[in-house]
Amino acid sequence: MALLSVRGLTTRFRTDRGALTAVDDVSFDLDEGETLAIVGESGSGKSVTALSLMRLIAQPAGQIVAGSAMFEGKDLLSLPEEEMRSVRGDRIAMIFQEPMTSLNPSISVGAQVGEPMVLHRGSTWQAAMAKAGELLDRVRLPDARARVNAYPHQFSGGQRQRAMIAMALACQPRLIIADEPTTALDVTVQAQILALLKELTRETGAALILITHDLGVVARYADRVAVMYGGRMVETASARALYRTPRHPYTEGLLASIPRLDQVAGRRLIPIEGQPPDLTRLPPGCAFRPRCRRATAACETTRPALAEAAPGHWKACLNDAA
Amino acid sequence: MRAYLVRRLLALVPTLFFASLIVFSTVRMIPGDIIDMMIAQNDIGSKVSRQALEAALGLDQPMFTQYLAWVSGILLHGDFGKSLWQQSPVLEEILTRIPVTFELGIMALIVALTVAIPIGVISALRQDSWGDYIGRSFSILMLAVPGFWMGTMVMVFPSIWWGISPEVKFVPFHEDPWGNFIQMAIPAVILGTSLSAVTMRMTRTMMLEVLRQDYIRTAWAKGQNERGVVIRHALRNALIPVVTLIGLQAPILIGGAVIMEQIFVIPGMGLLLLEAVSRRDYPVITAVFLIVGVAVVLINLLVDLSYGLLDPKVRFR
Ligand SMILES: Nc1ncnc2c1ncn2[C@@H]1O[C@H](COP(=O)(O)OP(=O)(O)OP(=O)(O)O)[C@@H](O)[C@H]1O
Ligand SMILES: [Mg+2]
Repeated sequence: MALLSVRGLTTRFRTDRGALTAVDDVSFDLDEGETLAIVGESGSGKSVTALSLMRLIAQPAGQIVAGSAMFEGKDLLSLPEEEMRSVRGDRIAMIFQEPMTSLNPSISVGAQVGEPMVLHRGSTWQAAMAKAGELLDRVRLPDARARVNAYPHQFSGGQRQRAMIAMALACQPRLIIADEPTTALDVTVQAQILALLKELTRETGAALILITHDLGVVARYADRVAVMYGGRMVETASARALYRTPRHPYTEGLLASIPRLDQVAGRRLIPIEGQPPDLTRLPPGCAFRPRCRRATAACETTRPALAEAAPGHWKACLNDAA
Repeated sequence: MRAYLVRRLLALVPTLFFASLIVFSTVRMIPGDIIDMMIAQNDIGSKVSRQALEAALGLDQPMFTQYLAWVSGILLHGDFGKSLWQQSPVLEEILTRIPVTFELGIMALIVALTVAIPIGVISALRQDSWGDYIGRSFSILMLAVPGFWMGTMVMVFPSIWWGISPEVKFVPFHEDPWGNFIQMAIPAVILGTSLSAVTMRMTRTMMLEVLRQDYIRTAWAKGQNERGVVIRHALRNALIPVVTLIGLQAPILIGGAVIMEQIFVIPGMGLLLLEAVSRRDYPVITAVFLIVGVAVVLINLLVDLSYGLLDPKVRFR
C-alpha cells in the first residue's frame, strides 16, 4: 500500500483578477521511501500542491475544494486542524525554498531545529537543544554542537538550508516535502544539499517529494517524476522512462531545454516558446495548446485526462505521436 | 558594551549644553519678567526700586555671566541654584518631585502597553473582523480625544452628576501606598490610553507584516499552534519597531504627565514646572527642563539597549 495516495486534489484561490484553480484534479501515489520529483514552470501549482497536503494554504483566499490525500490511513484533507498539527513536523516535514527567510531571525538555530521535539515528543528544551546539536552534526554543519546557540544571520544560505533539513529530520518523519530546496543556492552548494537530502532519506527510509523546476538536476535524485502544467499533472512516469521517452510535448520541451554534457558544443538549447497560461483566463481544451507543436483542432475543445500510455507511464495529451 | 555606554553618555554632553543654552535664554525672554510679578504681587513697587530687586536676585548681570555662574554651580558643586521666590535649593525641590512624575509615567506606560499590545495583536490576527474594527475605532478615538479633555471631564462630570469629586489632596506613596495608587490610577489610565493609540496601530501593522514572513509558515509547518506561532515566533519580531516608537513617545509621555499633574493636582515635576513658569522662577524652569532632557535621552538609551534583548543581530560596539 502506498504511503501517500492523493486523489483529485483541487485548490482554488480568489484573487483581485478573479478565481483561479491553482491545482486542478491532481492525483498521485507515493510509496514508502520513494522519491517523487514534481517538475514544472513557475506558477504551475507545485507549491500549492505541497501546501495543500500540509493544509497550509493561505485562507480565506485559498480553499481546497476537492480531493483526498490518504496518509497512514488518514485523509489529510479532512483531518481536524488539531490532528493535522500533530502530523505537521512529526509525520510529514517540509523544507522551503528560501533558506534566508525561512528561519526565524530572533530565535537561535538550535531552538528552531529542536522545536519539533518539544512540540511532538514532549521533550524538554534542554534535551531538544542537545538533540539539535546531533541533528546539525548529522547534516554536516561544521562545528555543529558549538553553533546550536547561534542565530540564523550567522549562517550562510547553504548552512541555513542544512539547518532546515535538520529541523525536518527532528521527529523522523515518514515523508519530507522539499519545495525547491536548492533554487536560492549556489550551484556547487545545490548539489551538496540534494545529495545530503537523498542520503538522509535513504538512511531514515523517509519518502521524499522534491519540488523543482529543473528537470536536469532532478534526474539523479528521483525515482519517479510528475510534470505539472497550468495546475494539472500532464505526465508521470519512472524517472528512467520519462527521460528516455517523454510522452507529453511539454515534457519534451523541458528536456530539450536542458543543457547536456554530451551535447555538441555550440548547439543551441531550445526553450519552450510562449508564456505560461493565465490561470484566471484558462481557455477550454488543453492548457498547453497555444504553445504546443502538435496541437490539433480537438485540443481546442477537449481537456485531456491523464491516461496510462504505457505501464506506469501516464500522460494527459490527445496526441499519440510519442 | 561598556565602550558603547560610555560613548552614548558622552554624547549627552553636547545635547545638554545646547539644550541648557536655549532654555536658559528663552525663559528670560518670556514677556513679563519676575520683577514685574514680585512688584505687582507684593505691592512693594513704591518702596523698593526695580534695580535693587534685580541686583538682589543677580538678574542685573549680563545673561552670559548669569549662564556661566549657573553652569559652574552645577558642574562644580552640583548646585542648581535657588528658587527666586522661596530661596530654597532647586535640586531639593526637584528630588522630591521626580518620584511622583516617575510613578505616573511608569503607570501610564504600563497601561499603554497592556492596552496597546494585546489589542494590536488581536486586531492583526482577526484582521477585518468585528474585533479588529472595534480595536481600530477605539484607537482613532483615543488619537482624536486629547488627554486633557478626558482628564477635565473625569474631574468635572462626576461632581456635577453625583456630587463626587476626586481627592485633590495628594497622598504620598510612602504614607499610604494603596491610597496613592488609587489617586494615580485615573490620570495614569487617561494618559496611558491616549498614548496607547499609536502603539496599538504600530503593533497591528508590524504584526500583519511579520505574519506574512516565510518563517511564520515554517513555524506552522513544524506543527505549532496559533498561540505558539504568535507568541513565540511573531511577537518578538513585531515588537522591535514598537519599542522604537515607545522611545520616541517619551517626550509626549512627559508632556502628558505635566498636563495630568495640573488637572489632578499631583505634585510632580509637571506641576512644579507650571508653577515655576507662571511665577517666572527661572532657575526652577531651567533645572526641570534639563532633568527632562536627561530623562528623554536616558529613556532612548534604555530603548536602544532593549533591542539587544529582542534582536540578536544587534551588537553594541
Ligand atoms: N496566496 C495566493 N493567492 C492567490 N493566488 C495564489 C496564491 N498562491 C499561489 N497562487 C497562484 O497559484 C498558482 C500556482 O502557484 P504555485 O506557487 O503553486 O506555483 P509554483 O509551481 O510553485 O511556481 P514557482 O516555481 O514559482 O514556485 C499561481 O498562478 C499563483 O499565482
Ligand atoms: Mg513554488
